[in-house]
Amino acid sequence: MIELDDVVVTAWSPGPGGGDERVVRLLGPVTLRLAERRVAVVGANGSGKSTLARLLNGLVLPSSGSVRVDGLDTATDGAAVRRRVGFVFTDPNAQIVMPTPLEDVALSLRRRFPDAAEREVVARAALARFGLGERADVPVHALSGGQRQLLAIAAVLAVEPAVLVCDEPTTLLDLRWRRTVDDLLAGLDQQVVVVTHDLDAARRADRVLVVHDGQVVHDGEPHAAVAHYEALMSGEWVP
Amino acid sequence: MRAPWAGPLGLYHPGTSVLHRLPAGAKLAGLLVAGLVVLFLHGPTSAVGALLVALGVLVVARVPLHRTTRGLLPVLVTAALVGAYQAWARGWAVGVEVAADLLALVVLGTVVTATTRSDALLDVLARVARPLRHVGLPPDSAALAVGLFLRTVPVLAQTSLEVRDAARARGLERDLRAVVVPAAVRMVGHARATGDALAARGLGDR
Repeated sequence: MIELDDVVVTAWSPGPGGGDERVVRLLGPVTLRLAERRVAVVGANGSGKSTLARLLNGLVLPSSGSVRVDGLDTATDGAAVRRRVGFVFTDPNAQIVMPTPLEDVALSLRRRFPDAAEREVVARAALARFGLGERADVPVHALSGGQRQLLAIAAVLAVEPAVLVCDEPTTLLDLRWRRTVDDLLAGLDQQVVVVTHDLDAARRADRVLVVHDGQVVHDGEPHAAVAHYEALMSGEWVP
Repeated sequence: MRAPWAGPLGLYHPGTSVLHRLPAGAKLAGLLVAGLVVLFLHGPTSAVGALLVALGVLVVARVPLHRTTRGLLPVLVTAALVGAYQAWARGWAVGVEVAADLLALVVLGTVVTATTRSDALLDVLARVARPLRHVGLPPDSAALAVGLFLRTVPVLAQTSLEVRDAARARGLERDLRAVVVPAAVRMVGHARATGDALAARGLGDR
């Protein structure tokens, strides 16, 4: 269960015309209980949906309010939260830090499997699960964009988190890889919270949050939420 | 599109050579000893000898030449420039010695990184960094920092090349600001993204 209570995120920003810095509100106040297996978050660029996603594994801490995952507070139990919540970024190149797929997955597993031989066996199995077994030892730059995103997901899921948060995981992918990643996420046992611009994927979720100007302006059943978002983007919706 | 720059330190290349089978610790210790030998032996003869030994080790490692030659090209240019300057300033013997020493060490470093998985290197570095626990620095974090350094060098070089291409596409290849400023911004951006990725994976957590 993910719980957000009166969460507000603020940041310093230059004033108009490069004037003095001022505090701007990026998100909130937001109060949510997320228990559904598949939650989608939609919203325009800069609306605050990535900030919302980053709150869930402690990459961003609330300026006020609290975020808890299974009762663990992201501000005080950050390490424990990150062990429960995996995070997948839009650009896998930002996430993959080792030269080959095998080494990158093994990096995730270092804490859990101190023995190098055992770690390699588990890492190879994780890669094979995602169809990357044959590519385990090739340089990461030799992988396609879709394969890199699969690798990024494999490296996160290798440590078996209870929740997976994905920040636009298919935005940089072509249609074929988009479907592959969507199908993969749909088949996971974990609770998945996905920020997406893909409205078809959002419609397949159990619950959809619409974020606009730092507020969750709609929260509910997918088809109604997506219709609300489409109206919002076409200027038909009046608050 | 340009293939990513592998850098002088190359990438791990799977293989079954003697050097691939050697423990990572032995290879790092060997590299340290080679560095000390090169440092303390003076004269062009010993330097050229060290370079020949390094090239011999490269052959034994059976790392494909294309993996090393592209990355070594900038080092060759650097060695030639430094050697030429030393030859002009201090005589040809010093020039040859400096250039050959530099090349020998970079070739040996390439062999170590091309025949050793980063994972194995991290294990050794974490063991070496164990005493740092007493000053509050987790050994795994120290090892990870060194590993990331090795990974980041080619990424930064690649970024510089991309920025140069972008400047060239806009006809600004002679404008230093059009290259240096975006390169610096992108490198800081890369550092932040890497930090976020590590934090998200809990790799900096104790």
